[in-house]
Amino acid sequence: MRFTNLEQLIQLCEKEQVTIGQLMVTEQAAEAGRSTQEVIQQMTSYYGIMKEAVLKGIDSEMQPRSGLTGGDARRVHTYLQQGMPSLGEVACTAMAYALAVSEVNASMGRIIATPTAGSCGIIPGVFVSSQERFGWSDEQMVQGLFSAGAIGYVIANNSFVSGAEGGCQAEVGSAIGMAAGALVELRGGTPEQAVHAVGLALKNTLGLICDPVAGLVEIPCIVRNGFGAVTAMAAADMALAGIKSVIPSDEVIDVMLEVGSAMPEKHRETALGGLAQTPTGKRIMKELYEKEEG
Amino acid sequence: MRFKDVFSIIGPSMVGPSSSHTAGAVRLGRTARHVLGGQPERAEIIFYGSFATTYRGHGTDLAIIAGLLDYDTDDLRIREAFEQAEEAGMKVQIRSAQKAGVHPNTAMMILERGDQRIVVTGSSIGGGNIEIVSIDDFDVKFTAIYPTLLIFHADRRGILAEMTDIFKHADANIGYMEVDRKSRSGDALTVIESDEMLDSECMDRIAELPDVHRVCFIHLTAKGDRA
Repeated sequence: MRFTNLEQLIQLCEKEQVTIGQLMVTEQAAEAGRSTQEVIQQMTSYYGIMKEAVLKGIDSEMQPRSGLTGGDARRVHTYLQQGMPSLGEVACTAMAYALAVSEVNASMGRIIATPTAGSCGIIPGVFVSSQERFGWSDEQMVQGLFSAGAIGYVIANNSFVSGAEGGCQAEVGSAIGMAAGALVELRGGTPEQAVHAVGLALKNTLGLICDPVAGLVEIPCIVRNGFGAVTAMAAADMALAGIKSVIPSDEVIDVMLEVGSAMPEKHRETALGGLAQTPTGKRIMKELYEKEEG
Repeated sequence: MRFKDVFSIIGPSMVGPSSSHTAGAVRLGRTARHVLGGQPERAEIIFYGSFATTYRGHGTDLAIIAGLLDYDTDDLRIREAFEQAEEAGMKVQIRSAQKAGVHPNTAMMILERGDQRIVVTGSSIGGGNIEIVSIDDFDVKFTAIYPTLLIFHADRRGILAEMTDIFKHADANIGYMEVDRKSRSGDALTVIESDEMLDSECMDRIAELPDVHRVCFIHLTAKGDRA
């Protein structure tokens, strides 16, 4: 890849008069030694899997093995159809879809890691609901995924994308930044605006710890995906409205690395701290493992 | 750059619930199987760090076993990996241990097949991506994203030039290469990541070089074993 940070990404796009998504297609093809059609085809199949996961999670009652969670996507979807959600229909749909994909994931169903499985609901939640609303083609959505991928590539190489290394900010935080930037571009914003959306979004999740109850990708991961989809749309709107990230997005990514590196091990996906070690969290873990071993 | 590819960020296509603890674990198991060169008869898996504390909830045990059975990350049979292993006649033992200084998501796999025994240690670094850090007593560092050749050989003058010459004649480009040896003139392991797929003729030629003991080819995007 010819870029290692977001500033270089903007400069390349401006110089070559392409979107972030278009640039990433050609960069990926060059990196992998494949044709642009081939890499687009692979991403298209991934988008198909994302849409299937949304449908599956909304249409059927997902039941993770733990029995702790499940059915939240349907709950929100039914609530949305029956009444007037405080969020408004659009954001509430994105939230329901994000929950749906996360529940499919917790049930050992098939998903696309974006950038991880713990955060796999956010991009499909934003993308599928926005596609329905704006009538975008699959081709456009796939370009959007390349755009999200370019942003994630920079975050992953300058910071981290796993909860065990950098906490939840690295997973859910990164996914929100990726979805926000891609949404700006899908809506016709400039690469510069897209990158501002990334910085705005990331600042909102700095410091978020990874503290899954019983070590499962369920509590609080599933609802954080629901929140994440809504936050990504908020960040995209701020950037499209002209709000800039005063601290440049590349510097925000560096802060994520700093904060994550200083995060104690108990808050990095070990289930040794945070929500996992609350009285209820401990009780759940005990019951679960007794059940498993019993 | 730890991540080199857009599909390591958007992807992999996988069975949940965790890209590092499930998909990455499948790839660790699969890579170890390909280092062994076939299905293990016995496998001992030792988890460290976050793997040790949370493997049950994430199905990391199922995932590594699925990888040892050569399943891909999105194979729905991962859920029944224990039953599948039993059917395939693979004996599996799992335990947790502590070790200072290892990456939080690390597994050691001790695999046996006939009179062959290998120890592969690797870490899952996020998003389903892995890094193999040691094979037997050799320190290595490769990701199994690219077609990768492991060449076990004796440390001898000129042997690396002979290997790379075969690459040149096969018109294959080397993207990354490393050598570790146990001692001067002792056993050595060379790891080569290739930009191109390698044909069996190329591998045979390397295997036939004097002082090369064994060659194995790891290519996780394709199905099946290539010992």
